[in-house]
Amino acid sequence: MADAIPAAAEPQSIPGLLARNVQRYGGLPAYREKEFGIWQSWSWSQANQEIRAIALGLLSVGVERGDSVAIIGRNRPRHYWAMIATQMCGAIPVPLYQDAVADEMAYVLEHCGARFVVCGDQEQVDKVIEIGDRVRDIKHIAYTDKRGMRKYDHAKMNSLADLQAEGRAGHHRYEAELDARIGELNYDTTCVMLYTSGTTGKPKGVVLSNRNIIETAKNSSSFDKLNALDEVVAYLPMAWVGDFIFSVGQAMWTGFTVNCPESAATMMTDLREIGPTYFFAPPRVFEGQLTNVMIRMEDAGRVKKWLFHHFMSAARKVGPRILDGKPVGVLDRLHYAIGNLLVYGPLKNTLGFSRIRVGYTAGEAIGPEIFEFYRSLGINLKQLYGQTEASVFITQQPDGQVRNDTVGVPSPGVEVRIADNGEVYYRSPGTFVEYFKNPESTASTKDPEGWVATGDAGYFEPETGHLRIIDRAKDVGKMADGRLFAPKYVENKLKFYPSILEAVVFGNGRERCIAFINIDLNAVGNWAERNNIAYASYQELAGHPRVYEMVADHVAEVNRSIAADEILSGCQVHRFLILHKELDADDGEMTRTRKVRRNVIEQKYADLIKALYGDTQSIYTETEVTYEDGRKGKITATLRIADAEVAPEQRRAA
Amino acid sequence: MELRNITLRFGGVVAIKDISFDIRDGEIRAIIGPNGAGKSSMLNVISGFYIPTEGEVYFKKIKRGPMKPYEVARLGIARTFQNIALFDGMSVLDNIMTGRLTMMKSGLLSQAFWYGAAAREEFAHREKVERIIDFLEIQNIRKTPVGRLPYGLKKRVELARALAAEPKLLLLDEPMAGMNVEEKEDMSRFILDLNDEFSTTICLIEHDMGVVMDLSDRVVVMDYGRKIGDGTPDEVRNNQDVIDAYLGVAHD
Repeated sequence: MADAIPAAAEPQSIPGLLARNVQRYGGLPAYREKEFGIWQSWSWSQANQEIRAIALGLLSVGVERGDSVAIIGRNRPRHYWAMIATQMCGAIPVPLYQDAVADEMAYVLEHCGARFVVCGDQEQVDKVIEIGDRVRDIKHIAYTDKRGMRKYDHAKMNSLADLQAEGRAGHHRYEAELDARIGELNYDTTCVMLYTSGTTGKPKGVVLSNRNIIETAKNSSSFDKLNALDEVVAYLPMAWVGDFIFSVGQAMWTGFTVNCPESAATMMTDLREIGPTYFFAPPRVFEGQLTNVMIRMEDAGRVKKWLFHHFMSAARKVGPRILDGKPVGVLDRLHYAIGNLLVYGPLKNTLGFSRIRVGYTAGEAIGPEIFEFYRSLGINLKQLYGQTEASVFITQQPDGQVRNDTVGVPSPGVEVRIADNGEVYYRSPGTFVEYFKNPESTASTKDPEGWVATGDAGYFEPETGHLRIIDRAKDVGKMADGRLFAPKYVENKLKFYPSILEAVVFGNGRERCIAFINIDLNAVGNWAERNNIAYASYQELAGHPRVYEMVADHVAEVNRSIAADEILSGCQVHRFLILHKELDADDGEMTRTRKVRRNVIEQKYADLIKALYGDTQSIYTETEVTYEDGRKGKITATLRIADAEVAPEQRRAA
Repeated sequence: MELRNITLRFGGVVAIKDISFDIRDGEIRAIIGPNGAGKSSMLNVISGFYIPTEGEVYFKKIKRGPMKPYEVARLGIARTFQNIALFDGMSVLDNIMTGRLTMMKSGLLSQAFWYGAAAREEFAHREKVERIIDFLEIQNIRKTPVGRLPYGLKKRVELARALAAEPKLLLLDEPMAGMNVEEKEDMSRFILDLNDEFSTTICLIEHDMGVVMDLSDRVVVMDYGRKIGDGTPDEVRNNQDVIDAYLGVAHD
């Protein structure tokens, strides 16, 4: 498709691509959103008009070249439009995590010097107003949802629709200026600034240019042969680079349709109604769906249960091979076809995966059973490895070479090398320009030749050339006796059990490893119901002796598999406890992308760690929790500490 | 709305004794009081469910006589109940649609065939209902049977049904009973928003003092069927009788 236009004429910016799409795909749907129970859609031409109206409105409130415009809200077409309109004005869109508390927001808004903010609703406006004394640069706020906003002081604020109306009314005055500004955009103009969630320290503003985004979108789209008829569902945080690449970069490049769910809670229903052909989800989404399927199968009748298990085992045997185009016997194929008719097809339909051509997962390791489950249904689920600084793509798995323990080969245009200490470095057209107002960090991350350190340790498999990631380079440590300590490796193994939502393993520099466990309320709650275990609260369920028994079994199983690993056999979990609350981003225990903040947890629960390394059987603890609105409370609990069964190590024998 | 010298007796029991107060257009009016103070009875008088033994009720300056429930609904008064009163087997959407029953005009026959006017009418009503669903953020449970919902959500569905009748005056009987902090916050926001957005007058009974003081414009305080305080939250908070009723009086 790209070769229809000579390379020189290729648009150099997102607004440029928009203009191209209006010409090429004018009447095709560009955006859809479910509202009032019905899918509303906008064609490329309609979207273009809406976006231009926002841009004109932004000019009318005085947006200058280089201004930062913050966008805080859930995935809605209007918020994507606001980002593109911002680019049209020569300003820089800065999407923020909408569930961040006011305090976290203040830092980012202050750091990027936001002068304009587009808020999704009253909740976001309130947060921006609340931090008004710290963030003084804000000149104007526009909000999408009018509800509850009537009584606010509108001197420096209005709704996005009103802003558009103002822009439309003033189009004679601003049109020439707007076109001039769009004309100034080129490959080196900043396309977007994204704040990394910051596993350590303060978030950093990653500046990505049009070149970064467009080149990456172009390469990755051709890698998976995406086209204008593809459909995606935009549901991941807008502040996350992945969503920007999928819902803006690739959507603009290939001209496919971006569908926005009605609300976060209706996501699964909306997914089913749309049936995307290209889908990205972090492992926890796939895990959650599989857990739901399994729960519902437990409640199903005997015939259905038998059918499900019979055909799923057949699928596990041949499904992935058929997907990879490898030779499969005629009988097996027939068996699979019947299964497809009776089980896989309806199941995929329920999950919303009937039409998927390309599915990706990344961000965390995905459990092998989970990965295989989807592959065996005939869903082309693949893994990729990336980060914000690379405009996502570093490596990805080509069709037909998919495995759960590697992350694939370098993406087109990306060079990857492994440093002597095992750390992975890359260089690509998508490599970020700089960290905003932070030259030291830029210099320490990106060397003069353009190589960027990922912070992950890994190696290339000699036979296949696929990259394997072991752990975060900085988390990899040593046990007291000098053996390797890779907490993430153990945690991932634990998390593969549906009943375990999160695990945090400690043991760096210690004799033995210990673990905190978070149960999955959904899965364990259902298990409790089936086993007639009564409980009144999360806390009570988490502390239930039978839950402890079950988790102890899982830990013992993980220990056995770790003991078999030559390098990591020191990481067996000796004692563990089940936490009385879910680890939560509001309490700073996780990042907004749900990655565990090890140091925070280590400090916050120091008393528990001490007890785990002691020999007490229970400990009383008080924990501070933060509610959604930022207020604080306390919960207290007496936690039981359990010893885990440790397997004999085969290290010395080997 | 104005209530003048209302007294309500059940046989020898005096539930409400000579109470007068008014509810102004567009305000949030709270009725508070200890258990058994007669709050719910008061609400039932306002809704027309009870006919006061003595006293007069004026709605929009017109004196109101005894009425049938559907007449009350047509006047523009809707309510929610202390103990949820929804149809458990029906979906959330259907439950809310029942709130628009008084506004449906097409006949039984045309509804049965669901053709022409009946279908058009239902589309129009459905759109209104969808706006309420959007407003109360219950899109995700649209098709869930009410019986499967947790308590906090049922309360919200009940509010949605009351709203579907597009009331001028909305009566809420303990809208936040049995909710946790976050559910209460959500509910408070909905009440404020709908008062703001649709200028619905709201009269509510609530036990959570924090909620009442934050939400309401004016508060009536009842104790043993009598009115012991009336005014803005601040006035009421500093009223000695109210403090005595709520905190108890020391025995000297």
